[in-house]
Amino acid sequence: MAAEAGRIAVRKTYKLYIGGAFPRSESGRTFEVRDHEGGFLSNAARASRKDARDAVVAARKAFGGWSERTAYNRGQVLYRVAEVMEGRRDQFASEVRLATGLSDAEALDEVDAAVDRWVWYAGWADKISQVRGGVNPVAGPFVNFSVPEPSGVAAVLAPQDSALLGLVSVVAPAIVAGGTCVVVASAAYPLPAITLAEVLATSDLPGGVVNMLTGQVAEIAPWLASHMDVNTVDVTGAPGGLADDLAVAAAGSNLKRVLRLPPAAWTAEPGVDRMFGYLETKTVWHPIGL
Amino acid sequence: MDVTSSDSALRRFLHGLPAVDEAGARDRAQALAGRSVKSDAKRTALDLAISMVDLTTLEGQDTPGKVRSLCAKARRPGHGAPPAAAVCVYPDLVPLCVEAVAGSPVRVASVATAFPSGRAPLDVKLADVKSAVAAGADEIDMVIDRGAFLSGRYLCVSEEITAVKSACGEARLKVILETGELGTLDAARRASWLAMVSGADFIKTSTGKVSPAATLPVTLVMLEAVRDFSAAGERRVGVKAAGGIRTAKDAVRYLVLVNETAGEEWLDPRYFRIGASSLLNDLLMQRVRMETGRYSGPDYMTVD
Repeated sequence: MAAEAGRIAVRKTYKLYIGGAFPRSESGRTFEVRDHEGGFLSNAARASRKDARDAVVAARKAFGGWSERTAYNRGQVLYRVAEVMEGRRDQFASEVRLATGLSDAEALDEVDAAVDRWVWYAGWADKISQVRGGVNPVAGPFVNFSVPEPSGVAAVLAPQDSALLGLVSVVAPAIVAGGTCVVVASAAYPLPAITLAEVLATSDLPGGVVNMLTGQVAEIAPWLASHMDVNTVDVTGAPGGLADDLAVAAAGSNLKRVLRLPPAAWTAEPGVDRMFGYLETKTVWHPIGL
Repeated sequence: MDVTSSDSALRRFLHGLPAVDEAGARDRAQALAGRSVKSDAKRTALDLAISMVDLTTLEGQDTPGKVRSLCAKARRPGHGAPPAAAVCVYPDLVPLCVEAVAGSPVRVASVATAFPSGRAPLDVKLADVKSAVAAGADEIDMVIDRGAFLSGRYLCVSEEITAVKSACGEARLKVILETGELGTLDAARRASWLAMVSGADFIKTSTGKVSPAATLPVTLVMLEAVRDFSAAGERRVGVKAAGGIRTAKDAVRYLVLVNETAGEEWLDPRYFRIGASSLLNDLLMQRVRMETGRYSGPDYMTVD
């Protein structure tokens, strides 16, 4: 981000992503983002509980439209996200490299893996109901079938130790089936998260489906975990003790689901547990032969 | 204040009012909107705002069932909140509301005078008012003839308000200025004074059918008008902000504006009202948040 000789640097302002817009934090606070060697990279917005509240309102508002899209259309939109990300490959690679200290080649590998992960989840969009739903055998004059439905608004605490691949691996499964989410990005690596938000804002994903907050997970997460309008909380990015507290807050408010999957390398095959964790099953008894 | 004796006297009076500093009004409104209201003060403000809400439904699709549930909500908003000030409906639904709010402090307000456009002959407008009052409305929300006002026929507007006021009898008269159609804050100030000298008990910003509806600067100008009217030794006129106020935060901003402009005497449902429908749920959600320490959601509020 150093200035070329003779030219004044054009510095970027990293803001939050709420309801399709990029506001500063309602609190007006920022924090310094540093590279892997401790050098100054940028200031990022430090979200407050009120930003989290606004983000939940935006996510709830977007839920109706997004969940009513056809699964096929959601797949197309997610694939479009991968396309736009691919176009920003170098920018992502440079942000990941500066943040983590990976080599150029390793950073590019991480970006490619993240793009491939979007494509992988995009492919799942119109296959979830075949895999998770079905016609059930019943002893009576009924057609009995089950269909998976998105549970609603999710609070996703992105992993602290991954700059991009981990983030993508927790966001995509939260929205592929029609859910919407509020993401709290890694405190150490917020810049790739905001760049991802810029990609989402320009790739046909309706505003509010993904809302990106940067800041301290311990400050924001308890408000999300106790929020009565959040249906699921993924505690991946919370340290062990905090994750316990969040699970208690989730149970003590509206019995929201808590996604707490065993840690695995983000490069490994993701499996379906995370994606299916955001689903509810609706079973319908339909009379026949009357 | 006898300035309504002739068209020229009225014109001289209204055009003699000091001009509004638009930039100053906007600045003042914005500065007051930035006031921070926290904890106990916020709790008080939320309850006060709830007690000032004119719970409104003015849709062609209104049904008796919907209006009955609105009345029930006004009487008991739930979550321990005080009742709303009034329900505001079209005239044909007044008898239903009177029955539904009987025995509670909730008033029944009815729009009249060919709401929202106000484009009907005077005798039709008066008949509209009389039938609403006869049906039991406690308050009448009339619209002024904006066409006449904007073309400078002030006496015509004034006489109409006076006629409606006398048709109201015991009912309180709210005069809707529809500031979104008046264009400037100067016009809003003139319309405020015109309504007050003609007998209004309340001046109201808008019908809610025109954008922009209530804004902080225009409400500021109207509050200044009622304050100055009262300071001139006349009666105390109320202000109603209606349209576009959807969040608890907005509502609290209006209360700050009232307190700092007109004064504490106006922080009373008799002198300040907020016309709204979706606002009430947001106020209740904030109230629940303060009581339980966690954010509530629309799943826990009634669907209106």
